[in-house]
Amino acid sequence: MVGRRWWTPWLWLAPALALLGVFLVYPVVDTFRRSFLDERSKGFVGLDNYRFIIDNPQPLVSDTHSALLNNVMWLTLFTVVTVSLGLILAVLTGRVRYEAAAKSAIFIPMAVSFVAASVIWRFMYEFNTDIGTVNATVTSLGGESTAWLQNTGAPHTWLTERGPDTLPRPVQINNLALILVGVWMWTGFAMVILSAGLKGISTEVLEAARVDGANEWHIFRRIILPILSPTIVVVATTLVIQGLKKFDLVWVMTGGRFKTDVVATLFYKEAFRIGDFGVGAALAVVLLLWVLPIMVISIRRFQFQEETR
Amino acid sequence: MARRNPSSSNGSPAAAPGVSLGLGTARRLAARLPLHLSLIGLAVIWSIPTIALLVSSFRDPTAIAASGWWNAIREPFDLTVGNYQTVLEKQGMARAFVNSVIITVPSTVSVILVAALAAYAFAWMKFPARNLLFLLMVALLVVPVQMTLIPVLRLYTDLTIDAELPVLGGRIFGTSSYAGMWVAHTAYGLPFAIYLLRNFFGSLPRDLFESAYLDGASDLRVFFRIVLPLSMPAISALAIFQFLWVWNDLLVALILLGDPSLAPMTLKITNLVSSFGTNYQVLTAAAFISMALPLVIFFALQRYFVRGILAGAVKG
Repeated sequence: MVGRRWWTPWLWLAPALALLGVFLVYPVVDTFRRSFLDERSKGFVGLDNYRFIIDNPQPLVSDTHSALLNNVMWLTLFTVVTVSLGLILAVLTGRVRYEAAAKSAIFIPMAVSFVAASVIWRFMYEFNTDIGTVNATVTSLGGESTAWLQNTGAPHTWLTERGPDTLPRPVQINNLALILVGVWMWTGFAMVILSAGLKGISTEVLEAARVDGANEWHIFRRIILPILSPTIVVVATTLVIQGLKKFDLVWVMTGGRFKTDVVATLFYKEAFRIGDFGVGAALAVVLLLWVLPIMVISIRRFQFQEETR
Repeated sequence: MARRNPSSSNGSPAAAPGVSLGLGTARRLAARLPLHLSLIGLAVIWSIPTIALLVSSFRDPTAIAASGWWNAIREPFDLTVGNYQTVLEKQGMARAFVNSVIITVPSTVSVILVAALAAYAFAWMKFPARNLLFLLMVALLVVPVQMTLIPVLRLYTDLTIDAELPVLGGRIFGTSSYAGMWVAHTAYGLPFAIYLLRNFFGSLPRDLFESAYLDGASDLRVFFRIVLPLSMPAISALAIFQFLWVWNDLLVALILLGDPSLAPMTLKITNLVSSFGTNYQVLTAAAFISMALPLVIFFALQRYFVRGILAGAVKG
C-alpha cells in the first residue's frame, strides 16, 4: 500500500513482539546468565554448574549422565521409528478405500493428552497378566511377565551380551517402553503431514514410471522419496524437537524414577524440587545447545525456500 | 489438489503393475492381501490402548481389578457408568473440566488473533529487517518451554495482583490466575502460529490485495474482509493444534497455577495418578473425560484440519 506510514508494520507486530520478548527471548538470555550463578542466583560460580553436569557427583539424586544418554535415545529412536512408521502408513493408506477410517485410528492418540496417555499405558503395561494387556499378550506367546516401566535391564540381544559392563546402558527396557508410547502418540502427526505431501506428487509421473516397467520399490525409492524429502525434513525436525523437549510423558509415567530421567525432567527436578536454580539453568542451556544445529538447519532450509520461491 | 488418486481407489494399478491385463478379482485380492493385512493390523494395534481404556472406564471397580478388559466382551451387561459418577461428583473433576475450558478457549482465540496480525505484516508489508525478524521468530520454535519457566515465574510473582477475579475466581493476574495462563499460552503458541499463518497469507494471490488497495481499502479492512475469510482452512487447523496443546498442557499449569481450585484436567488427573496408585476405575474414567472434548473437536473439524496443514506447513 502506498500511503502506509513507516510505523504501521510495527503496530501490527507489536503484540506478538512484546509477548515473544517477555516469554521467550528474555528467559533464554536470563537462563543463560543464571547458569553461571549459584543455587539462589546470587554469587558467581563460573562453570561449576556445568561441571556438575559433566562430573555427575550425585548419581542417586540427579543422574545427569543417564539423563543425557536417555535424551540421545529419545532423539534418535523416537524420531527414526516415528518418521518411518508415518511414511509407511502414509503410502499404505493412500492405496485403500478405507483411507479415512485407517487414518483416524492412527491419528486419535495425537488428540490424547500425555496424562491420559500415561493412564492408558500404565494400564497396558500392568505387571498382573490378568489386567495388563501387554504382559497378557507376552505370556500367552510363551514369554515372561515384565514390569515394563521399572525394568532398567537391557533386552537380551547379542549386543548387550558382548558389551563391557562398564558401558552406560541407555538401552533400558523401561526407556524403550516409554519411547513406544511417544511413537504411538506422534505417528499420526507424521502420517498426516507426509500423506499430504504424497498427494502433491503428480500421478502422471508415477503412471509413466509404471508404464516404463519400474516396480513399486523403485518408484518409492527413486521418485517418491526424493520428491518427499523436504516434507520428511519438516516432520523429522518437528519430531527431533519433540524428542528433545520430552517432559510430560516421562514425568507422568515414571516421574523420572528407575533411571528414566531425561534432561527436561532433571531440569524440572533441580529447579523446582531440589531448588538449585543454577544447575537447573545449566541443564536448560544444555538442552538449548542441542537445539542449535537444528536451528541452523531450519534457517538454512528457510533461506533456500525464500530464494527459490 | 486432487483429493485422491483415482487409480488407487479402484485398487489394481497401485498394488501390482500389470494386473490391469484382466486377471481375476481373486488374484487381485491376493496380491493386495499383504497391504490390507498390514494396514488393518497397524490400525488395530494403534486403537487397542484407547479401546482398552474406553471399555475399562465402563467396568465395575472389582471387575477391573479381577480380570482384563477383554473379558468385558463376555459379560456386556455388567457395564456401568458408576466410575464416571464417582469421578465427576467426588473428585472435583467437573470443576477441573470447567477450568480447562476457561484456560483453553481464550488462549486459543488470542493466539490466532495476535499471530494473524503479525503474519499479515510479515506477508504483505515491507519494513527493514523483515526477513531477519521472521527467521528469529522461526528459531524460537525450538526454545523448550521448561527453559522459560523460571524467569516467567519470577516475573509473575513480582507482577501478581492479589485481588480476586470476579465470576471466574483466582487472582486477577500473576501466579494462580486465569489471565496469567492466557497470556503465557498465547506467547508459547505464537512461533508456530505465526509460521503457519505467514506461509498461508503469503500464498494468497497478489492481485486481490492490489485491487483492494487501489480502491482505497485500509489494511484493517483488507485484513478482516479478505485475508481472514480466505484463510479459514489454515486458521481452523491452527485452532485445533492450539486447542489440543493448551488443553493437554501439564507443565505450564504445574508451574504457574499454585491454587488447586484452578487446576485443569491434566493437573487433576496427574494428582489422581500419584495419590490413587493403581485404582484404575477412577483413572480410566477421568482420562476419558479429558479426551472427550478434544476428540469431538477433532472429528468435527477433521476435514479442515488436514487441508489446513496442507496449505501451510507443507508448502515448498
